[in-house]
Amino acid sequence: MKTIKVGLGTCGVSAGAEKTLEAVRLAIEKENIQVTLKETGCNGMCFREPLMEVIDESSHSFLYGDVTPEKAQRIMAEHVVGDSPVKEWIVQNSGPSGDDSFFEKQKRIVLRNCGIIDPNSIDEYMAVGGYEAIQKVLKEYTPEKVIEVITNSGLRGRGGGGFLTGVKWKFCRQASGDKKYIICNADEGDPGAFMDRSTLESDPHSVLEGMMICAYAIGADEGYFYVRAEYPKAVQRLKHSIREALARGFLGKNIFGSAFNFSVKIKEGAGAFVCGEETALIASIEGKRGMPRFRPPFPANKGLWAKPTNINNVETFANISWIIMNGAEAFASMGTENSKGTKVFALAGKIARGGLAEVPMGITINEIVYDIGGGIKEGKKFKAVQMGGPSGGCIPASMGDLKIDYQQINKTGAIMGSGGLVVMDETTCMVDMAKFFLRFTEDESCGKCTFCRIGTKRMLEVLERITDGKGKEEDVDLLRELAYQIKNNTVCGLGQTAPNPVLTTLKYFPEEYEAHIRDKKCPAHSCAALVTYSIRADACKGCAMCVKACPSEAISGEKKKAHEINIGLCIRCGKCFETCKFDAVIKN
Amino acid sequence: MMARENTKKGQGENGFSNFKVELWKYQGEMGALIPLLQSAQGTYGYIPESAIDHISEVVGIPAADIYGVITFYSQFRLKPMGKNIIKICDGTACHVNASTAILRTVEDELKVNGDETTEDGLFTLQKVACLGCCSLSPVIMINDETHGKLTPKKVTKLLKEYRENCNE
Repeated sequence: MKTIKVGLGTCGVSAGAEKTLEAVRLAIEKENIQVTLKETGCNGMCFREPLMEVIDESSHSFLYGDVTPEKAQRIMAEHVVGDSPVKEWIVQNSGPSGDDSFFEKQKRIVLRNCGIIDPNSIDEYMAVGGYEAIQKVLKEYTPEKVIEVITNSGLRGRGGGGFLTGVKWKFCRQASGDKKYIICNADEGDPGAFMDRSTLESDPHSVLEGMMICAYAIGADEGYFYVRAEYPKAVQRLKHSIREALARGFLGKNIFGSAFNFSVKIKEGAGAFVCGEETALIASIEGKRGMPRFRPPFPANKGLWAKPTNINNVETFANISWIIMNGAEAFASMGTENSKGTKVFALAGKIARGGLAEVPMGITINEIVYDIGGGIKEGKKFKAVQMGGPSGGCIPASMGDLKIDYQQINKTGAIMGSGGLVVMDETTCMVDMAKFFLRFTEDESCGKCTFCRIGTKRMLEVLERITDGKGKEEDVDLLRELAYQIKNNTVCGLGQTAPNPVLTTLKYFPEEYEAHIRDKKCPAHSCAALVTYSIRADACKGCAMCVKACPSEAISGEKKKAHEINIGLCIRCGKCFETCKFDAVIKN
Repeated sequence: MMARENTKKGQGENGFSNFKVELWKYQGEMGALIPLLQSAQGTYGYIPESAIDHISEVVGIPAADIYGVITFYSQFRLKPMGKNIIKICDGTACHVNASTAILRTVEDELKVNGDETTEDGLFTLQKVACLGCCSLSPVIMINDETHGKLTPKKVTKLLKEYRENCNE
């Protein structure tokens, strides 16, 4: 009997996977086909969603991409019933799309089960070795031994800080107190990062198991998932997995016949970026405004309800059971001197193949962008990657040979962060990017520290002035001064890193700032106030589409003759540019 | 009319609103404030003043502190919301892929500015930081459904569909 799998992560669903699944279901009912139909999460090929996999009787897998309901019907008829695969739509294993290279340089630990197993089935997770690591730990390891293994593996916190996970656990283990908590930080707030969402949607049990192992190691019996409210599907699957684990007795008292007790709750975040910071997250779980506090005391000594607490993020926990089963050495054999193992990157922006890729540390930026991501969309020129979200920075294309690890990235002025990798091409304005991130941090600043609350506001005003064509010569120095003060006079990571997007763009793209300030020009033709539009008389067919689209009646001309834009009336909205089918409207 | 409809949505099997059930269940557990507020918002579509007073009475936290928590988090609303909530993503990837054009189109179509509700109460617009569907940017989320790879044209069509569904 054949097996059919349809990917139903949020990315798949928004690309129309539910309609595809419905079409498959209908075909099965109508023709009374004998197959096993399964839902899976996301295998990382978000650019090919909706994805449908057909596994035939001899266990050969055929992965189809961009499967619309119509395509699904043909696949059902020709492949599932007729045994002849629809070759032109296959995207993996030498399919015509050439997408195999997306996987070639990947090494999957965190994403090992994503897109393969049904996230709603604990049995499928167990069939691929799930919950073996926790049993092994409970039977054979002391808590100290677990911490030793994790420390030796060299795993660092994948949430952004990059602190050694084993050492963090040790601090919490050694903290005095009989009641301890652990928290899984699933408040993935960095715009541009979505690996935690995908992991929770595609393989929730692996995160839960990692958390259980950690709880055993530090001596906690209660845990919390702190999940973003924007991830309804992740919350739903997590709730389901917790119910399943409870029903099997994997959660609760005397787990697997040992003395280990563990229960876990879900707390949904209420929308505040700063709650990704440990102390703010704890305040939020306690029901307060999520504002960070001074450290020390660190959460390891005084965390949730003033008890010792350990916080790790989703990706960190998803690594744990693999390390236990495969050994610290196997994990440490991958990566660079100071950054071991793999890292999941969320590829997005102007990249041809956007999605999730898990690669060994030490891979270069170019390898990710070109070999995995398939280069830049529409054949445009690669300009920069933004790493680390609002706390990170822009790394120029000229540094594409940089080997990615914690130290190397920090040297550039960016940070690894949670692994968002937004690719930019020649049409992206770097000053606008800096402004974009500053607006984000200014908006998300909790308001506790003056330099963050007011300093980011002042920086934003300067950047707005520059992109409006009203920048002054001294603005660059003012930005640097403000950045220095904010970095050095704030309590938490949000403030301390907020100026990074501005500082890195100033460092690597000073000429763009100069063009905006001195020449009142935006080299990327992106800043609305610095762009003017005109119509090329030789290309204009006089179809009057732009006249209809223009909200300010700035375009005039006789029918079937070249039109003109009245610069005085033009509000530079760009609608004519978007509307014109003949590329006659140009930006100057 | 609007409030009644939203109340229906938040009703549990026993006919009482989830919010009231949550309040009854409360037995002094720590950190219950935010889940209670989420439940109130789930029931009424926003957090009415009376809900703040109820919570304050039961949990024993001063109403002013509760107000402070409400205004801290972007999820909570003190005004009634439209029937459909449109979240327009302006995360990095969406921004790079011209989410501004999507925002402008929705604003023009619905005749609202920024985070507002339409006159007919059908739609509330919210600009959000990131919906986590970056590879499908630009993205918007209407209620709990995510729509990706949008163009101004596709958005216009999408809004029309939702409006027609509402009028049916």
